[in-house]
Amino acid sequence: MSTFEFKTPVSDEDIRKVHAGDVIYLTGDIVTGRDDVHHRVVVSDKMPPIELAGKAIFHAGPIMKKISAEGEPDKYKVISVGPTTSMRMEKAQAEFLAKTGVKIIIGKGGMGPKTTQGCIDNVAIHTIFPGGCAVVAAEEIVDCEGVEWLDLGMPEAMWKLKAERFGPLIVSIDSYGNNLIENNKIDFNTRKEQALADLKGKLNFMD
Amino acid sequence: MSEVSAREQLSRLVASFMAYSAGHLPEDVKTRLAQMKQIENEGFAPDIYNVMEKNMQLADSLKRPSCQDTGIPQFFARVGSKWPYMDIIEDALIDAVKNATSNAPLRPNAVEVFEEKNTGNNIGTHSPWIDWEIVKDSDRLELYFYMAGGGCSLPGFSKVLMPLEGYEGIAKAVFDQMTTYGVNACPPCLVGIGIAGSSEVAAKLSKKALLRQVGSHNPNPKAAQMEKLIEDGLNFIGLGPGGFGGKLSVMGVNIEQASRHPATLAMGLSTACWAHRRAGIRINPDFTYDFFTHKGAVL
Ligand code: SF4
Repeated sequence: MSTFEFKTPVSDEDIRKVHAGDVIYLTGDIVTGRDDVHHRVVVSDKMPPIELAGKAIFHAGPIMKKISAEGEPDKYKVISVGPTTSMRMEKAQAEFLAKTGVKIIIGKGGMGPKTTQGCIDNVAIHTIFPGGCAVVAAEEIVDCEGVEWLDLGMPEAMWKLKAERFGPLIVSIDSYGNNLIENNKIDFNTRKEQALADLKGKLNFMD
Repeated sequence: MSEVSAREQLSRLVASFMAYSAGHLPEDVKTRLAQMKQIENEGFAPDIYNVMEKNMQLADSLKRPSCQDTGIPQFFARVGSKWPYMDIIEDALIDAVKNATSNAPLRPNAVEVFEEKNTGNNIGTHSPWIDWEIVKDSDRLELYFYMAGGGCSLPGFSKVLMPLEGYEGIAKAVFDQMTTYGVNACPPCLVGIGIAGSSEVAAKLSKKALLRQVGSHNPNPKAAQMEKLIEDGLNFIGLGPGGFGGKLSVMGVNIEQASRHPATLAMGLSTACWAHRRAGIRINPDFTYDFFTHKGAVL
């Protein structure tokens, strides 16, 4: 297991250095995008109004607070931002990578075979930020540079965030087709069979 | 006291109780997480427990919601039959949700079905969700507030088994669901299981099971035995924190039951993530209160 410090824009060369199980701390541009953003880009075929090449897409629906005064240009602050379930984006993720040039996906839980293939094809990775740790994450965001597609609502909009050593990001899918969480699930299922066998006869409350 | 001021007093109290519970886990959850952290000393687990701990400290010192997903607001009200303000409870709870959403702040999560629009203030059709129970001979209002997040609601389901599938059939369905969806529910989870005669009763009991303390046991010895066996089995599977693998999977398993029909064995499953934001308060007619899940908290 190795630890990397990356800055955006992240290059293909950077991505090729990392393997599933490595840890990354990321400095630079992170943009939030979840169900509706993926739907709009992939299904409705609208390009996001933000350049995403070499950047990170964060599966997250933050709590933001407007801090600008009445009449001033809108300025927001991150109150709480943590990863959401990445698997919900499985259907659209590979195509999203191809269309946008995003290099790092940040979320929680694993993703499936389509995304794994998408990471190989587009030289990208999926990483996991510890779930539920949204104040730690918010403290690693130094600025919110703006928002797009706010019509989707606060959790679904694209928030343009500047991060400083954002992590730990544990690499769950690398650009070589390795998938940490899917491998874990194979172990979980093997042990599940054992756990069920151990239960045999112990829950016989009906005689 | 006039009706208006009672409504205001109640809604203000509930709004600050909601905001507090968004940033602070109940004592029993914190205690169990600390115990689990000691045991989980291999692989990614220690690092993840460290970040979780830091998150709890920061949420407290910065007065922020500990998770950005503050859920769909749900209330479980146990209303004393002699509580003097029956008429205002619902309106006061709705006011409290509006107030807490903008002031805590909580994330606006209520998406109107069919319109597919976020209402922006957590108020919508049957949102907040309120579950009512009447407690006879009491003049107090006992209120549980629960933030049902997306990831932790995902493993939830209920179904009706054939009785011959037996209690083992219930255990199998729980194991299957937890190995499939558990990693998305920010483990270690608390697992709530309801057993009854029809699916909606089982589902509701499974959520009520989550309102019981971590480490508490069902008073029926057989049910307590089943809780223990399923807990041990899930821990053997070893989801670890965040699904990265480990020695444990869950904070506990709580089962609640209702009589079943001879021809049905219905089960429900609800899961709470490690950030199990359950809060309970008992409010007296003069609006003094006992915030019993968070002893010593000042609202
Ligand atoms: S499962 Fe719980 S801790 Fe994880 S993101 Fe959802 S609400 Fe937050």
